[in-house]
Amino acid sequence: MKILTCIKQVADMESRFKPAGGDGLWFDENDLAWRMNEYDEYAVEQAVQLKEQLGNEPELTVLSIGPDRVVEAIKKALAMGADRAVHIQDSAAHQKDPWQIASIIATYAKSKGFDLIFTGMQSQDRGSAQVGVLVAELLGLACATTLVGFSYADGQINAKRELEGGLKGVVSLQLPALVTCQLGLNVPRYPTLPNIMKAKKKEIEAIPVDRLLAEQPLSPTTSFYSPARKGGGITLEGEVADLVPKLIAILKEKTTVVR
Amino acid sequence: MKALLVCEYREGKLLDASYELIAFADQLGVTKAAVLIGSEAAAPQFDGTVYLAEAASLGEYNPSAHKTAILAAAEKEQPDYIIFSHSSYGWDTAPRVAAALKIGQVTEIVAITDSGFEVGCCNAKMRRSVKPVTAQSVLTIQAGAFTAVQPAGTPRIEKLVVSADSKGVSFSGYEPAEAKDVDLTKADIIVSAGRGVGKKENIPVIAALAKALGGELGASRPVVDAGWVEHSHQVGTTGQTVSPKLYVACGISGAIQHLAGMKKSDFVVAINKDKDAPIGEVADVLVVADVLQFVPALTAQLQK
Repeated sequence: MKILTCIKQVADMESRFKPAGGDGLWFDENDLAWRMNEYDEYAVEQAVQLKEQLGNEPELTVLSIGPDRVVEAIKKALAMGADRAVHIQDSAAHQKDPWQIASIIATYAKSKGFDLIFTGMQSQDRGSAQVGVLVAELLGLACATTLVGFSYADGQINAKRELEGGLKGVVSLQLPALVTCQLGLNVPRYPTLPNIMKAKKKEIEAIPVDRLLAEQPLSPTTSFYSPARKGGGITLEGEVADLVPKLIAILKEKTTVVR
Repeated sequence: MKALLVCEYREGKLLDASYELIAFADQLGVTKAAVLIGSEAAAPQFDGTVYLAEAASLGEYNPSAHKTAILAAAEKEQPDYIIFSHSSYGWDTAPRVAAALKIGQVTEIVAITDSGFEVGCCNAKMRRSVKPVTAQSVLTIQAGAFTAVQPAGTPRIEKLVVSADSKGVSFSGYEPAEAKDVDLTKADIIVSAGRGVGKKENIPVIAALAKALGGELGASRPVVDAGWVEHSHQVGTTGQTVSPKLYVACGISGAIQHLAGMKKSDFVVAINKDKDAPIGEVADVLVVADVLQFVPALTAQLQK
C-alpha cells in the first residue's frame, strides 16, 4: 500500500503578526518560530498508525511545499514514522491560493498510485479548508472531511466525521481515498531520539515547484490587515488586587448579573 | 447578480443556518434561489425557487450526489455566487463544487468589504480580503456572522432528479452526542477555561468563579480535547454557540472557531496574560493578568 500525507509548516500562532513589506499581502516572516500545522500532526499520526497496523508493509510518503525551513516539519514527520519525503521547493508558497496548492499536490501524486492520502482539515494560518478536498476531486478519490474517528480493514475505511453540537456522522470510504483530519482524531506521538536519528537517513526528494505548477490563482488575497478593535473595549492592567474591584465595578455598572 | 444558496438538511429538518444564507445574500444585494437535498416539507420559506433533490434517495451525506444536485441547480440558475454555511457540511461540499466548475472559493466570510470578502486568518489575529477572479465563485459564510432572517414567503419548488451514485463514500447514520451534563445555550452566565489555565487540576479554579457568579462552566476546544472538561462544555463552531448575558474567557486566546461560538454574548470579559490575544477584539473588558492569580482573587471578592 502507498500512503501520502500532506503537511504544511505554519508560524507559531502565539506570535504577533504584522503585514510584510512589499505587497503586504501576508505577514512578515522574520523572527517567527515555525511548527507543523496542528491539524497535520493528526494526519501524520493516523498515517503512521495505519502503517503499523498493517505490519509496516505500506510505504508512507510525507509531502510539504515551501522554502527550506519546511524541511524541519518534514523531518518531524519522518521521525514520527514516515518512510520518505518530498519537499516541493517554493519560496513563494504563501502567495499561492488553495487551488494552486492543490493542483501542485495533485500533479505530483497523479500516476504515483497512492491508495490513501491524509491531510489536515485546514491550516492554522489561512484556514481555507479547501486543499484536501480539491486534491481528492482532482485525483478522483473518495473523500470525507473532519475525521475524529478512523479505522481500516480490507480496503475500507470506517470513519466518524465531527458534525456540530457533539453529533458525529458515521461513514465508510472505499480506497483509493483521501481523508482530512480534525483535532482530537488521535494523540500525535512525540518522536523518540532513536527515531529522530533514523529520520536523518531517510530520503527527502526535492522538486522545484515550477515543475508541478501550471495554474493561476482563482481566489487571490487583495489585502491583509489587523482587525479593528470592537468599539468600546477597554484594557485593564496592573496589580491583581487593584484589578479585581475595578472589574467588579464595571460588571455592576454594565451588566445585571452582579449585585 | 444572482446567488444560489445551498441549504442544509439533517435528521429530517432544514437547519436554521439556511436563513443566515438569505441574510448574507440580502446584504450582498443579489437575487436568490436555493438548492436543498432534503424534502419538500423542509424547503426554506422565502419568495424564490428552491431546487429540491430528495434526501430519501440520495442520503443526507453523500458528497458526490449532493455535488451533482448542486451543479444541476447551478446549471439552471447560472448564479454568480454559490453560497454555503461554513459548517461540517459546507466545508465538505463547497470545494467539490468549486473544483467541478474550476472557480474560486472564499472560506468562512465574516464581512463584505469594498476590496472583497473579509475572512479571518492567523488564528483570528489578522484579517484578509479575498476576491475571486473567476466570473462565478463559491462562498462559505461563518456561522452566526450574518444574522438569520425570519422565514417569510413561499418558495417555488423545482424538483431535481440526480443519480445517487456515492462514488465510494457511504453514510450509515449519526452517532448522537454524549449525554450532556450542561446546556450552555440556556446559560445567562458562562465562565470558560482555555489553555492558559495550564492543567486539568486548575479547572476547579474556573468552575469556582462560574459558581460564584451563578453561571455555567464553558471551555475552549483544546481543553476538551485534552480531557480536562467534558465535551458538552465546549464553546465554539463544533461545540455550542452561545449568547449569554456575561461571558468570561479565562486563558483563552480566541481562535476563530471559539470566537464564532461566543462573540454574540452581551458582555465579554477576557482574562489573559497576552494583551494582543485575539479574544481582546470581542472583549468589552480585557484584564491583562495571570488567570491563576486573578480568578481566585475575583472569586473570593464575589463571595464576600
